[in-house]
Amino acid sequence: QTVEHGFPHQPSALGYSPFLHLMAIGTRSGAIKLYGAPGVEFMGLHEENNTVMQIHFIPDQCQLVTLVDDNSLHLWSLKHHSGASELQEEHRFTLKGPPGSPPSATQITAVLPHSLREVLYLGTESGNIFVLELPSFRVLEDRTITSEAVLQWIPEDYCNRRSCELVEALQEHPKNPEQILIGYSRGLIVLWDRQNKKVTHHFLGSQQLENLYWQRDGSQFISCHYDGSYTQWPVSSDNRQSLPLETLVPYGPFPCKAISKIYWQTTRNGLPYIIFQGGMPRASYGDRHSISVIHGSQQTAFDFTSRVIDFFIIFSSEPTAEFDDPSAMVVLAEEELIVIDLKSDGWPAVHPPYLASLHCSAITCSHHVSNIPLKLWERIISAGNKQNVHYSNMPWPIDGGTNIAPDPPQRDLLLTGHEDGTVRFWDASGVCLHLLYKLSTVRVFLTDADPNDNMNATGEDEWPPLRKVGTFDPYSDDPRLGIQKIYLCKYSGYLAVAGTAGQVLVLELNDEDAEHVVDHAEADLLQDQEGYRWKGHEKLKTRDGPVQFEAGFQPFVLVQCQPPAVVTSLALHSEWKLVAFGTSHGFGLFDYQQKQLVFVKCTLHPSDQLALEGPLSRVKSLKKSLRQSFRRIRRSRVSSRKRRGRGGNTSEMHEANAKFDQDMLQEMELAPVQRKIEARSAEDSFTGFVRTLYFADTFLRDSSRHCPSLWAGTNGGTVYAFCLRVPPVERRMDEPVRAEQAKEIQLMHRAPVVGILVLDGHNIPLPEPLEVSHDLSKSPDMQGSHQLLVVSEEQFKVFTLPKVSSKLKLKLTALEGCRVRKVMVANFGSCKTDDYSENDLAVLTNLGDIQIISLPFLKLQIRYPCIRKEDVSGIASCVFTKYGQGFYLISPSEFERFSLSTKWLVEPRCVVDVPEVSSNNHMRDMSVVDNAARKS
Amino acid sequence: FGAEFRRFSLDRYKPGKFEDFYKLILHIHHIANLEVMIGYADVHGDLLPINNDDNFFKAVSSAHPLLRVFIQRQDEVDYSNFGTNTLSRKKKTLVTLRNDNLRRRPHINISMPHDFRPVSSIIDVDILPETHRRVRLYRHGCEKPLGFYIRDGTSVRVTPHGLEKVPGIFISRMVPGGLAESTGLLAVNDEVLEVNGIEVAGKTLDQVTDMMIANSHNLIITVKPANQRNNIIRSSRMSGSSGQSTDSTASHHSLSTSHVLQNFHPDEMESDEEADIVIEGGLEPQHIPKLHNLTSSSLSRINGSSLSHRLQRDLVLNNNSGRESNGSIHKLLSSLKTDPRHSLVIPRGGIEEDGTVITL
Repeated sequence: QTVEHGFPHQPSALGYSPFLHLMAIGTRSGAIKLYGAPGVEFMGLHEENNTVMQIHFIPDQCQLVTLVDDNSLHLWSLKHHSGASELQEEHRFTLKGPPGSPPSATQITAVLPHSLREVLYLGTESGNIFVLELPSFRVLEDRTITSEAVLQWIPEDYCNRRSCELVEALQEHPKNPEQILIGYSRGLIVLWDRQNKKVTHHFLGSQQLENLYWQRDGSQFISCHYDGSYTQWPVSSDNRQSLPLETLVPYGPFPCKAISKIYWQTTRNGLPYIIFQGGMPRASYGDRHSISVIHGSQQTAFDFTSRVIDFFIIFSSEPTAEFDDPSAMVVLAEEELIVIDLKSDGWPAVHPPYLASLHCSAITCSHHVSNIPLKLWERIISAGNKQNVHYSNMPWPIDGGTNIAPDPPQRDLLLTGHEDGTVRFWDASGVCLHLLYKLSTVRVFLTDADPNDNMNATGEDEWPPLRKVGTFDPYSDDPRLGIQKIYLCKYSGYLAVAGTAGQVLVLELNDEDAEHVVDHAEADLLQDQEGYRWKGHEKLKTRDGPVQFEAGFQPFVLVQCQPPAVVTSLALHSEWKLVAFGTSHGFGLFDYQQKQLVFVKCTLHPSDQLALEGPLSRVKSLKKSLRQSFRRIRRSRVSSRKRRGRGGNTSEMHEANAKFDQDMLQEMELAPVQRKIEARSAEDSFTGFVRTLYFADTFLRDSSRHCPSLWAGTNGGTVYAFCLRVPPVERRMDEPVRAEQAKEIQLMHRAPVVGILVLDGHNIPLPEPLEVSHDLSKSPDMQGSHQLLVVSEEQFKVFTLPKVSSKLKLKLTALEGCRVRKVMVANFGSCKTDDYSENDLAVLTNLGDIQIISLPFLKLQIRYPCIRKEDVSGIASCVFTKYGQGFYLISPSEFERFSLSTKWLVEPRCVVDVPEVSSNNHMRDMSVVDNAARKS
Repeated sequence: FGAEFRRFSLDRYKPGKFEDFYKLILHIHHIANLEVMIGYADVHGDLLPINNDDNFFKAVSSAHPLLRVFIQRQDEVDYSNFGTNTLSRKKKTLVTLRNDNLRRRPHINISMPHDFRPVSSIIDVDILPETHRRVRLYRHGCEKPLGFYIRDGTSVRVTPHGLEKVPGIFISRMVPGGLAESTGLLAVNDEVLEVNGIEVAGKTLDQVTDMMIANSHNLIITVKPANQRNNIIRSSRMSGSSGQSTDSTASHHSLSTSHVLQNFHPDEMESDEEADIVIEGGLEPQHIPKLHNLTSSSLSRINGSSLSHRLQRDLVLNNNSGRESNGSIHKLLSSLKTDPRHSLVIPRGGIEEDGTVITL
């Protein structure tokens, strides 16, 4: 496993080092990920897998401190190791109170790494502030700032009304490191002098405090509050008790939600940027996740589609600079990272080079194409660029570290199909999975969805000035649009996509916008079978007349299967201009040159009622209703939950979950699961389900003449072979393509056929269409006899051709109890010599193991555990590349990349340069807890 | 035929096919146009039939060094002569018991096992611990469903550290009339130890399910029967200990030595299973034709339940008629009533078990 692509699942904390230009994201499963310039990334894992609550970089160092929800602190360092930097956990620490003290006494609520780097201030729930020596993590007890010590400087009448309560914010004076601003949750704010250990100023706030922010020159600070207000306070040397300069409720006068974080950024032109999170009118916009930016008369409330975890502003960090001059705002929302360019007019978003939200609509399938020809690559990029005009062209502002990984060996595309009918094209060549282009198939169909999506529909006079940002939109309006199968021919640029409602589209790449009619055909897969009634969803309605398509892949043929069941297999042959598709009822072949259906074949067993009723659609509708109820829950949930409250709730939730699990276990023991042991039979359900389709030019009828053929494998262990007659190129439009069934093989064990492959006379898999004519592959050997490899879920079997007789087999399930889930031919090159490579089968089993099986002798070469066997969606999402790499989803939003090849390995390798560090030698004497969980 | 003796040699390790042996026998005795039944005397002195590759191979391998082969005309064969102790001494009680009943009824002509397909067998008795049973179910050519369910459970193992609870796989349900039930060799709560020679320990229920289904055409399950009272008693231990519970010793035996399925020839299985059907040409078969629809109707005749029924009736009759009733029969009957499958493994007498097939 080499690198994780995409957006971390359930992020919980954000940190930024203006010194290193590195950003850190913590997750609820205890992962911590650091990102800098594209290609610079690090990952660590807290041993206990607890939620990361806060992340703080130590100023001017390659170190950071994380606070985890078990109240432990962890010190992480970036260290050089064999030429590259690595993230290592150095030390962990849990604050201990005096014996008998309640846990709240030491429950950390605020962390301040002091700029002099020798101490860490820890605010707690008790109101006490502990001082921790760095890097030893030793509590300096004599420097503890107790709430009593603070209160003795506060007027008594205020003290009586409000005690200190917990420490909400700790901020160091920007100019004078000896002064620390302390904010308590009930509203009291004091300025503490480190040297004299006394309060020099106090500010008697009357509202529950959320956060504090210093102005750059230290003459003022700003506090934000639970009631949606913020207050400016002057700090002058002559007045120990200041009154607020101004208190504002930006979205008043009606009750507003809390402003949980605020920035005050000065600029050269004198108008500050005031940026704050929350504060929306409680009644009408209380469910929004917003961050408002106010600059003079400009004001925008950026409206995020998921909860805002945290955000930071990138501004001039030079101590000598007079102004902040903010350049960008980086927002970590629960489901995506959004960066807003604050320098350009209109504050456009910046296209992130990594951390892409793979799941902005749920991923329904993926397809990988290796080694894309440069021409196609450029055309896809240019089509994508036309879609991305609304993005800022600001260079990526988080640019710390140096990527020292070698350039990616080749251009690889990963295509993901989504539930909303889109296909996304990702640059999967290197460490950064980057969106190149997005294709939507929705325009071909008439849907109930409102064409004028309210994404950017905000009028001038609307208040608050909300602006939707981000791409995360998990709610598909019509699940029938979902993409199920993708096939891209990289030589011709033909693309076939197939979806949930039996739709098959053939698209070609066009560099210009175009308006044209999509040819439409229907494939009745039931043919003459009678008495069936499809109870699933209806087929999609198509648009009449010409449709406007933007530059990129434009559909020109639509085939709709009848009944409109989900398309379960798809194959395209760009040389013969044929596309084959299969559903649970049968399969068909379409000539997309002449736009003619060549044939359909019903594979359905007459007694298989279940397949007819379309139970898959029933699953879908359940999913839809679940989705709706989730939507309701999301709406009703209070958006900004208190930080500490969340901590408490999670532990409660853990407990509840544990209890639930236990109950479940007991219940399970009471009523054990039982499994029926029965041989498969022709009468089983879904035997007609077409699992795989394959085009091959081989010897189907006799050993002297080869011909184009189409192979189909079903769930019931049947393989059909059709002999095709494709007219020569010069008469391609004049004569029809003909097909004739040549063979039908019923595997005795009746297990689902998941792969079909023909090996040529030299035992090499037949090349892809057009591969030979593009001089990228040798012509297949047509002298020696061909062999047919049929992979079922249970075994691998080699047959002779043209007479199909069994030659060789490898049983998997009978011997090991595992079943084939994914299989692909992979070419393994040697990392030592360029002239050796071999083809093997890369196999993923239902237990999550990966096995490499040699061709043509079917010998198991090696086996690795890869995915947890319980991770069904991870196993289902796995795709292999042609050169022995692969991807699988580790969460809805993240792909894990793995490599089986010694030659092709894509993993981050980067350096973060360490600035001059003052004496840190005693560090080495410490017992370094080395539980660095960096993935190997 | 009277007596005619020929002596010839065979390669002990490659005796060849039964068919060839049969032809050879006919040839050297010049009786090529006759149907004969070939039997041999095994090490215990029992007369056992040679009528397929299996028992032919077994017979040859048991020769030391001589193998006595008996040839009888097919129509003169007295089947009751075959079986345990048939050559050395006659068992009086049961045989005489039976004789009256059997003689009264016309002789039912049950052909020898090669004339119909086996449905199940107990194999490898000689290498397995007595507490274990290795059952082979021949699903092939049988119309019946396998018909059983398995579940997770816990099993108690004796280890050097004392008793230990370990997860195990158990038979949870039998489908009435299914193959598994009708063999009478498997029962609910039997612990499954191996599937086709592969230990299930450490495998999940789903894995074991998949393995069983993948091997369903020729399933060999090693179980530890929940009821340990009817274990096969080897000839070395003649006295009927069948009444004793052997549960306490049940788990001592490790299966490690018995990994090899001795009476199981992979080739034989392959030939069965190899039969993927290939249909050439542009035929449009509507459904897969029923293949292997062999003499399935004849199978019902030997299906366990009817067999045990008849046997039970016979025995009950015997008992009522007041003929020699002794303790062992009482025991037998009580066990028969509770579980019909046990009737198939009566220690000695009416039913014999020769390692691959069960014969009456």
